[in-house]
Amino acid sequence: MIEVILSDRCNACGLCVKACPMNVLDQVFNGTPEIARREDCQSCFMCELYCKEDAIYVAPDCDRRVAVDERQLRASGLLGQFRRDSGWDEWADTHENKHHLMEQVFARAAVAQAAFKHAVDEGKT
Amino acid sequence: MNDRETLSTDVLVIGGGLAGTWAAIAAARKGAAVVLADKGYCGTSGVAATSGPGHWWVAPEQREAAIDKREALSRFGLAERKWMHRIMAETWEQLPTLEGYYGFHSEADGSKYYRGLRGPEYLRALRRQCVDLGVRILDQSPAVELLRHTDGAVAGARLYQRQAHRQLEVRAAGVILATGGTTFLSGLLGSHTNTGDGHLMAAELGAAFSGMEFSSLYCVAQAHTSITRTMIYTFADYFDADGRELDISFFEPHMDRRLAAELLKGPVYCSLRRVPEDIRRDLASISPNVPVSFARRGTDPYRERFEITLHAEGTIRGIGGICIVGAQCETGVPGLYATGDVATRERVAGAISGGGAINAAWALSSGCWSGRAVAQLAKTQGRRDREPVHGSARSGLGGAGRAQISAHEAVAAVQAEILPYDKNIFRTGPKLRDSLDQLERTWTALGAGIAGPDIQKNREAAALTATARWCYRAALDREESRGQQQRVDFPETNPAFASRLLVGGLEQLWTRLEKEAVHD
Ligand SMILES: Cc1cc2nc3c(=O)[nH]c(=O)nc-3n(C[C@H](O)[C@H](O)[C@H](O)COP(=O)(O)OP(=O)(O)OC[C@H]3O[C@@H](n4cnc5c(N)ncnc54)[C@H](O)[C@@H]3O)c2cc1C
Ligand code: SF4
Ligand code: SF4
Repeated sequence: MIEVILSDRCNACGLCVKACPMNVLDQVFNGTPEIARREDCQSCFMCELYCKEDAIYVAPDCDRRVAVDERQLRASGLLGQFRRDSGWDEWADTHENKHHLMEQVFARAAVAQAAFKHAVDEGKT
Repeated sequence: MNDRETLSTDVLVIGGGLAGTWAAIAAARKGAAVVLADKGYCGTSGVAATSGPGHWWVAPEQREAAIDKREALSRFGLAERKWMHRIMAETWEQLPTLEGYYGFHSEADGSKYYRGLRGPEYLRALRRQCVDLGVRILDQSPAVELLRHTDGAVAGARLYQRQAHRQLEVRAAGVILATGGTTFLSGLLGSHTNTGDGHLMAAELGAAFSGMEFSSLYCVAQAHTSITRTMIYTFADYFDADGRELDISFFEPHMDRRLAAELLKGPVYCSLRRVPEDIRRDLASISPNVPVSFARRGTDPYRERFEITLHAEGTIRGIGGICIVGAQCETGVPGLYATGDVATRERVAGAISGGGAINAAWALSSGCWSGRAVAQLAKTQGRRDREPVHGSARSGLGGAGRAQISAHEAVAAVQAEILPYDKNIFRTGPKLRDSLDQLERTWTALGAGIAGPDIQKNREAAALTATARWCYRAALDREESRGQQQRVDFPETNPAFASRLLVGGLEQLWTRLEKEAVHD
């Protein structure tokens, strides 16, 4: 679930409010959006992708709150990680989208599995 | 509400995920005026936006062989070769048209890789294409009911613009439902805007369903997370609480059932130790949300064993949905079309899941066909926007005076029947009957009135209850095991059931084998 929005980073652009599929956030005039309906959050990270200021932290935990220490969070390198790794905005040139490799990963796993099964059948593991 | 506004257009698309955006694009390319309304935000909403759909992408000369391979895999009938050909052809034609909107990868031989696209980038591309074609996008605007003409044809929809707190009536020559399947809010990644609203709205105009019994698939994720991204689990090894390795592989049929059986006994742990180094390095560039999630949980999945869970896939990587009666995805209700996961995918997937390639190709193709069909309808028949229209919602509209139940309570009651592994995966007649009794009680309570003013949540509760009833009623009446539907009390496939099973009704449920209907 979305845990925090760091107000010193937020520029009040409102994009996260608009882009959240679950309407979790409320716009605050000229201010940091309010996490108004956290219980509706589906932990999808989409708000982070649309926040150019990397002000939002979504915990992957979808069924419970987790404690977040803001100081540790700032030092952790986790803020903005999803947007960067996705190659969005200013990261487009340095972080290639390698989604096209997915199919090969599936194929390699199938081959590895078959080889593994063969070894088991032959009594080699 | 007195501040209700009205809008008139040629084509109204409800749902802005994969199917809805393709429908809007196809209609707009035919010159139609299009309004697309999404409950959330067109670009982040829906299950494709958070994943990375691969499409059924086959060169013309290889299509017969691809269908043979698929049929050998499924063996359970219900699909039609003609429809499989149609989605392969449409997908082949359409994906390259996103050139300039999506950064397709160039292969070493200079060709482009079109078949698989990363979700957020794909949906962003589709949104931009919509905008450039003049589609009017209404975000944060769930449809709460369909409007109908006196002769029964669909006339548009009523939306609730939840950030503006305003209702809006959109009148259109035709309406395309693209509201997705539903997981009953199971936790499957990105699925929580999909609550069966389109199913309920269609049923209220008289549409029927097919294949709803194929709704028992589950997907693995790290416990307490929604990251149901399967790729990395192809290398998974599983262990029970005593550290004993379980003989369960990604590549066996019904592996979710095997995992569920273990989870009913106790916690199950996963190790990804077999993932090759280069794939570990590339994972963040392939599926960034996967390593993000592990890192934030403090899990090193390659060195430590972590607990897993299963999330229900419902009708999403299940198969059933609104019954399709014509080649352009007509529903039988004049002017109303069903596309993507809200429609049945049996014609292209048969009785086993079309997740992995077929569903995305279906969403794209069914969207394009219906988009063009409604654009044509608007040309030939016009908008009829001076005729009187009626609302069609019957349940979930309030009546709070006699309220017996809240939306929240109703959703919890539905989930208690449809999510537990023992009830949904290990189906038996008595269990299904018990669950149907419970769901019936919830439906009746909702009919008497729902406590709470939130029209969206109230309608969602009604939609989830109705959809769960269709799933279990169909599961009860298909007294056999076939593909995804597995009955503990009927483990064999029975040739008498080699037909699609229709289900429908709001107060009184009914089922009918399609084959029998032909002989009526
Ligand atoms: C993790 C995962 C991975 C997948 N991978 C693949 C794959 O590799 N290959 C493949 O073929 N398929 C895959 N699928 C399936 C594929 O994503 C779906 O078949 C496809 O997204 C269906 O498109 P859709 O438009 O019908 O539904 P969605 O994309 O889910 O969109 C539905 C939209 O309707 C909106 N909506 C709902 N209710 C309302 C309402 N009342 N009013 C207005 N709008 C509403 C929602 O907000 C949402 O935007 C995957 C699914 C998942 C969950
Ligand atoms: S997107 Fe980021 S910067 Fe903009 S309002 Fe939201 S938190 Fe603030
Ligand atoms: S994680 Fe998803 S649902 Fe939660 S606030 Fe962000 S965008 Fe909204």
